[in-house]
Amino acid sequence: MLSLIVNGSPHVCRSSAATIADLVRELDLVDKRIAVERNGEIVPRSRHTLTPLATGDRIEVVSAVGGG
Amino acid sequence: MNAPSDAPLLTLDDPLIIAGRAYRSRLLVGTGKYKDFAQTRAAIDASGAEIVTVAIRRTNIGQNPNEPSLLEHLPPSKFTLLPNTAGCFSADEAVRTLKLARELLDGHALVKLEVLGDAHTLFPNVRQTLCAAETLVKDGFEVMVYTSDDPVTARELEALGCVAIMPLASLIGSGMGILNPWNLRLIIEQSKIPVLVDAGVGTASDAAVAMELGCAGVLMNTAIALAQDPILMAGAMKKAVEAGREAFRAGRMPRKYYAASPSSPTTGLIG
Repeated sequence: MLSLIVNGSPHVCRSSAATIADLVRELDLVDKRIAVERNGEIVPRSRHTLTPLATGDRIEVVSAVGGG
Repeated sequence: MNAPSDAPLLTLDDPLIIAGRAYRSRLLVGTGKYKDFAQTRAAIDASGAEIVTVAIRRTNIGQNPNEPSLLEHLPPSKFTLLPNTAGCFSADEAVRTLKLARELLDGHALVKLEVLGDAHTLFPNVRQTLCAAETLVKDGFEVMVYTSDDPVTARELEALGCVAIMPLASLIGSGMGILNPWNLRLIIEQSKIPVLVDAGVGTASDAAVAMELGCAGVLMNTAIALAQDPILMAGAMKKAVEAGREAFRAGRMPRKYYAASPSSPTTGLIG
């Protein structure tokens, strides 16, 4: 099982989560308008299925919210 | 309804042109501080704004996967979304935020840069703003930049390749109106790119004054969202921006201490 930091909080992935795409599915964010960063680097949507996760990865998942 | 126009520039009467694209509305609005998304959308529709700012924040994880999202109410097909860097206090944070925004919005390049320098007043950090603007322009972003009302800074930001200069009228969220119209005039006179007042507008007359000074547009959030009736205020702001623009284009009469020149004929009086 992978231990990650997702949006600043510890997150233990189910064993099946091996890529960013798996993590997005596990977090119920499939088809949501989000952007993902892994260890400070953007992971483009087209590469979610190709980008593996490793223990200790710092993942940021962001959305658009109201702001001025 | 408020969608950006793909029509040739000449078919729009007096368009606002930013980064080569034409907009009918010179009022840009934020999407924060509203009661709910329905009110946000209703106010934006009433404002006529085509460009609306959004913030980029961490997604709530594992809370409510079906909770409504802002962009369902403000689809990018209907509005030009302008992601901002509100809350960023360094150039690095701002650049990182806008790279995420570009990914989020499918390569969208038009952004609002703001780098704050003081958590209490929300004054911008000009040094960090210049640094971030340089990085972003080199990376292909079209940068509309929030800054102080200093003409020298404005000139430097234009030279770096920003697409619009957005000086504050007064502090963010203060509603104090235009505190230094003469600085704004200097910035407007020297700039070849659009100058928009961003921050500080409190009521419709403030927006009209900004436009009468020659601003290309006005960006506001709190003045609409925190009005007692935000939707009514959104309509008032639309009219104020339009009226101020028309007054600027019309050219005001010269000011005279007194004229002794009544508007009615001085002859033909009875008796």
